[in-house]
Amino acid sequence: MSSLIQLKGVDLRFGAVTALRGVELGIATGERLALIGSNGCGKSTLLRVLHGLLAPSRGSVTHGRPTRQAMVFQRPFVLRTNAINNVALGLWIRGISWKNAKVQALCALARVGLADVAMRNARALSSGQQQRLALARAWSLRPDMLLLDEPTSSLDPHAKREVEALMAEFAQDGMTLVFASHNLGQVKRLATRVVYLEHGRVLADLPVQEFFNRSVLREISSEADLFVKGESA
Amino acid sequence: MNTFSDSAATALGLIVGADPMLLSIVMRSLGVSATACLLACGVGLLLGAWLGVARFAGRGAVLTLLNTALAIPSVVVGLIVYLLLSRSGPLGFLGWLFSFKAMVLAQAILVLPVVTALTRQAVEDAEQAHGEQLRSLGAGPVLRSLLLAWDERYALLTVLIASFGRAISEVGAVMIVGGNIEGFTRVMTTAIALETSKGDLPLALALGMVLMGVVLVLNALVGAVRRWRIGRDDRPPLLPGAMA
Repeated sequence: MSSLIQLKGVDLRFGAVTALRGVELGIATGERLALIGSNGCGKSTLLRVLHGLLAPSRGSVTHGRPTRQAMVFQRPFVLRTNAINNVALGLWIRGISWKNAKVQALCALARVGLADVAMRNARALSSGQQQRLALARAWSLRPDMLLLDEPTSSLDPHAKREVEALMAEFAQDGMTLVFASHNLGQVKRLATRVVYLEHGRVLADLPVQEFFNRSVLREISSEADLFVKGESA
Repeated sequence: MNTFSDSAATALGLIVGADPMLLSIVMRSLGVSATACLLACGVGLLLGAWLGVARFAGRGAVLTLLNTALAIPSVVVGLIVYLLLSRSGPLGFLGWLFSFKAMVLAQAILVLPVVTALTRQAVEDAEQAHGEQLRSLGAGPVLRSLLLAWDERYALLTVLIASFGRAISEVGAVMIVGGNIEGFTRVMTTAIALETSKGDLPLALALGMVLMGVVLVLNALVGAVRRWRIGRDDRPPLLPGAMA
């Protein structure tokens, strides 16, 4: 598998606060990488560095080849307009004519099961529908790598399952997924690899089967083992 | 009957009878303030939206100046416009002094900081909350400022209405640059000041009632916009077919 992106010795500071410390991380095509750790450990910050929204204070981010990226946020922002316009906007910004963007947007909405609400005000959609709308907006950009920041944390179980199913389908289509999550069940279901962060450091970076093998994990990082134990309790 | 009740009765008579002088003053006032607001909003909305998103050296100083401009007394604006438009001033060649255009210019300058500052605040708040997601889609600062201003359009509608209220109720600037010439540059506020000093209280009171009525309608509009906005965007997602 070819490397999509490589982080070397990445530090990120916000004033006196160091959010990331010496992060070494490579992501290969087709991987499904889960970032886990307690609140404030740097998961969201790392996603933003990978997406280029934040520049490292130190270290480097290199791309193996030109990649298209898209990101889905924990609470997606939808403009005060209908669902189809919200999706078409991202395509239009990338240089597609508005007419073609709307055709592709409708296709993307159909992909996530929202074609019937395409003309509805996006702000009037449920949280689950808004998250699926955000997935449609991201998917419509045909990204090589999709980054998701706790995409199901504010959703009810039904909406959570729908979003997870879409993530799995995107992965099956060959899209590289990098997602932050607190839900270890979700990590087991979706990820092929798990990175555990604590205080901005990567303390464990293992294939999913090994990560959830307590004896292996305990040897790699006792902190990660304690986290998994606590979250599983 | 006392002076107030007599005057109030006569004033009501002027309003109900659609007194031509009263109507011409009211229409001129509305025309001056509406034109001034249109001009100020055309510039202020764009400038405010851009300031809400753009980051550049000296931005803090610009915002301090902008916020200071909010507190400029209207007579000072009138004085500055007077100096600009006076025969020996840099814009004297326009020949606008003591004209409708001069009053429009003065009110536009008076209202511009209000529109710009309030738009800047609304767009900056939206940028902090959502700008990152628009950046993620590839939107640069100019596009973000336009998209966020458009997204905040109901809040900005309130800004426009408030700025019109500020324009129509000011007296100092239009008095100085308009000259309060009867049938030409006399507007509601300058007429009230003049008629009160002359002792013609019914006309002053009638104009005062109309002015209050205009402000009341504006406030009602602000409230209606707010309620409409809440009803439009914050309705629960329990509409048919809205649930997943």
